[in-house]
Amino acid sequence: MSKKFNFRIWRGDSKSGDFKDVQVEVNEGEVVLDVIHRVQATQMSDLAVRWNCKAGKCGSCSMEINGKPRLACMTRMNSFEEGETVTVTPLRAFPVIRDLVTDVSYNYKKAMEVPAFEPPADLQPGEYRMAQVDVERSQEFRKCIECFLCQNTCHVIRDHEENKESFSGPRFFIRMAELDMHPLDTIKNRKQMAQEEHGLGMCNITKCCTEVCPEHIKITDNAIIPMKERVVDVKYDPLRWLGSKIRKKEGI
Amino acid sequence: MSQAMERYSYDVVVIGAGGAGLRAAVEARQAGLSVAIICKSLFGKAHTVMAEGGAAAAMGNVNDNDGWKVHFRDTMRGGKFLNNWRMAELHAKESPDRIWELESWGALFDRTKEGKISQRNFGGHEYPRLAHVGDRTGLELIRTMQQRIVALQQKDKKEFGDAEKFIKVFSELTITEILKEGDRVSGAYGYWRESGDEVLFESSAVVLATGGVGKSFKITSNSWEGTGDGHALALKAGSALVDMEFVQFHPTGMVWPPSVRGILVTESVRGDGGVLTNSEGRRFMFDYIPEVFKDKYADNEAEADRWYKDQNNNRRPPELLPRDEVARAINSEVKAGRGSPHGGVFLDVSSRLPAEEIKRRLPSMWHQFKELADVDITEEPMEVGPTCHYVMGGVKVDPDTAAAVGVEGLFAAGEVAGGMHGSNRLGGNSLSDLLVFGRRAGAGAAAYVKSLAQKPKVSDGEISRAKNRLNAPFSGTGGENPYTLHQELQNLTQDLVGIIRTESELTDAIVKLDSIRDRSTRVRADGGRAFNPGFHLALDLENMLLVSESIAKSALARKESRGGHTRDDYPKMDSEWRQYNHLSRWNGSKVEVAPEEALMLPKELLELFELDELKKYFTQGELAKGGM
Ligand SMILES: Cc1cc2nc3c(=O)[nH]c(=O)nc-3n(C[C@H](O)[C@H](O)[C@H](O)COP(=O)(O)OP(=O)(O)OC[C@H]3O[C@@H](n4cnc5c(N)ncnc54)[C@H](O)[C@@H]3O)c2cc1C
Ligand code: SF4
Ligand code: SF4
Ligand code: FES
Repeated sequence: MSKKFNFRIWRGDSKSGDFKDVQVEVNEGEVVLDVIHRVQATQMSDLAVRWNCKAGKCGSCSMEINGKPRLACMTRMNSFEEGETVTVTPLRAFPVIRDLVTDVSYNYKKAMEVPAFEPPADLQPGEYRMAQVDVERSQEFRKCIECFLCQNTCHVIRDHEENKESFSGPRFFIRMAELDMHPLDTIKNRKQMAQEEHGLGMCNITKCCTEVCPEHIKITDNAIIPMKERVVDVKYDPLRWLGSKIRKKEGI
Repeated sequence: MSQAMERYSYDVVVIGAGGAGLRAAVEARQAGLSVAIICKSLFGKAHTVMAEGGAAAAMGNVNDNDGWKVHFRDTMRGGKFLNNWRMAELHAKESPDRIWELESWGALFDRTKEGKISQRNFGGHEYPRLAHVGDRTGLELIRTMQQRIVALQQKDKKEFGDAEKFIKVFSELTITEILKEGDRVSGAYGYWRESGDEVLFESSAVVLATGGVGKSFKITSNSWEGTGDGHALALKAGSALVDMEFVQFHPTGMVWPPSVRGILVTESVRGDGGVLTNSEGRRFMFDYIPEVFKDKYADNEAEADRWYKDQNNNRRPPELLPRDEVARAINSEVKAGRGSPHGGVFLDVSSRLPAEEIKRRLPSMWHQFKELADVDITEEPMEVGPTCHYVMGGVKVDPDTAAAVGVEGLFAAGEVAGGMHGSNRLGGNSLSDLLVFGRRAGAGAAAYVKSLAQKPKVSDGEISRAKNRLNAPFSGTGGENPYTLHQELQNLTQDLVGIIRTESELTDAIVKLDSIRDRSTRVRADGGRAFNPGFHLALDLENMLLVSESIAKSALARKESRGGHTRDDYPKMDSEWRQYNHLSRWNGSKVEVAPEEALMLPKELLELFELDELKKYFTQGELAKGGM
């Protein structure tokens, strides 16, 4: 059974833009991205939108739907009332390129600033031994699909372009936490770097990032707060049998 | 209309930023060369990100009977012995090193109790062999490779003050043409998706790592990127595609709701205990064990269930037969009227594992069904059916260097390359293939570039040829809509070149493809050049047409059923046909398909199999000779 919906789609580029209203048919089980594709195929063949997997796995289709940062491929149409107007706009924290597509290069720049994983020099590939419990904490952060919804929603940069220089944002706080908690990473002062070079101190733990994360990563509780804790808490030290040889936490 | 043109020069241009392309780029950089990495999506979004189950490598962490010989045997069996044996051999031998190397670059695989990389069961693999991270292994692989590229850039920044001195990523840029001087590659041409501006890359070596072709079919697990660009680029550059009739339909795609039809349901669901049942509640796979596999698969439920605990003393459950067998079985059940309400069959883990265990082992499947279909897989079965998933066919390459035949300086690795998987790929063998042959392609390209005395030049004629192609969608007479044509193409391939094929339908398909091609010359893109999906699709359409034509013509020529090619009119596998591969080439106006003699295995590899098994695949004459 198809239903009719009104869609208000923001169209424009870096210079100017406006909302365009369209009426669209919506079928059972469809998501917002399906509807956008239908509009593209039947009414606006040059409507710009990013997507890849259509299954919440690639993080390409990020946009704001009725003002909320969402993945368009995971937003079901049955979460709206028939006849309701659904408004879709590009991510607000990043410059618009065209229509629903924004320039997310800020994130790739920040990625470049996080020092890569540095394994122990004497460990050959194939010799790595880690316990499941020890890798699980980092694995949670490696679930990140780089949709950048958390970056988009964080008030430190959402309305403060000037903060982008000194603030890497929640996506990269979890990257730093991931490496910090990696049982075999040898770089010692990651917490301090996060604080001094990536603007961790500017975060005031509003938890907005955690709320929008489609991977349900507990960005604040599991990454930001532990990173902010200056004193190393034994509670966070995993059981590890390589323990004494490869101690990397600062101050130990 | 004259469009702005940027110009770059690199030692090696890698087209594609999936697992294969990134691994090739790392290798070429480590050989001291400059590399451009080009991709249609943002960096880190390539199709590889969607892979779920794992990467196959005979590390023997879970069962130490495993080793490269066992992996080699499984791969050849899976491909019904049509595989290029040398590729299968290299793959089986080198996969473990490629996986361990990922770990040294920061990958965090799930662990065994001893702290090693854990390995899971998958269809067609004799032992637990797939390194995995829950059901998001592809994400781990691509993120690790992406971060490896960044690590190399960081080093270059430290050493030379410029992160992009040796490696630069050009994302959201589509390559539309390989440029040549004579028979040799001189560069590549394309456009920025964002602006429509044109870009010229001067380079003596191009590595194709463009992935698959699924978007030519209606029901597919592939994303929009899977339009067979690399296959088409190779054809048009004068190389050849091998084995294009072999297309893998994954047995378990989602079937409901319609908007998610085709999205993959990972094979790990079955590897971890999930069972397939029909509307009568019967575990129907027991009825579909082919003769060649009878000694390896359990014929009763009790034994099949014991296997999960004790693999040394029981045969495997038939749910884990190679994909082509399971896909055909599901197809038959549905045709016989024993399907599920929405035209699939049931796949159930809810009665097999505790809810918590399901959520731990298959988190993204749980999430996917909950959010997209309102189905809680810990409480009820899923509905699944076949979906176009992978193309075994691809650019014919030299196994050791990944050099494409017929064009010097052209290389291919990953899904775009053919030969490795024969007529059917085993699950998990693609991710390891990407790494093994991505590395070899990077090394092959680097060695080639270093061996050149003089860099081939890009002529003005080549540039204007490339420019004209890009202008075509704006200068056409109009009247045809690219979306409509794409839909017609997808319906046609799905119905006439799909999972079950016959001569009359294939002949019909070839005629219809011709007419779509004719109409495609009148496609006109609305709007401007900047981020215009209508324009992009108009260009991709030609690639999908070339690929579909290669598939249809190869399928028509092969008068037998084998792996990912099933003929209703020739339902049996025929050893005579194992002796041939099909090569597709472009003659300037159409694709021509010709048989080529398939390689016989060398004696020492042939001896890895029992004679009784070989008899099922080879002719008596071949066996009498006893290998190459
Ligand atoms: C849902 C799903 C699950 C899977 N699960 C598994 C699994 O568990 N195990 C396994 O082994 N295999 C799996 N596979 C198969 C495997 O993921 C793919 O075969 C593999 O990822 C292909 O990798 P690739 O590097 O060849 O290309 P891709 O990852 O497809 O990347 C292709 C790249 O080429 C670029 N490109 C293409 N055309 C152009 C052009 N014209 N110009 C510029 N750039 C271009 C694209 O932008 C992209 O960056 C799965 C596949 C799917 C769809
Ligand atoms: S918790 Fe910190 S990082 Fe997250 S949104 Fe709030 S301020 Fe930003
Ligand atoms: S942490 Fe979550 S919200 Fe942020 S980029 Fe990753 S997946 Fe997206
Ligand atoms: S399209 Fe991949 S997350 Fe939406």
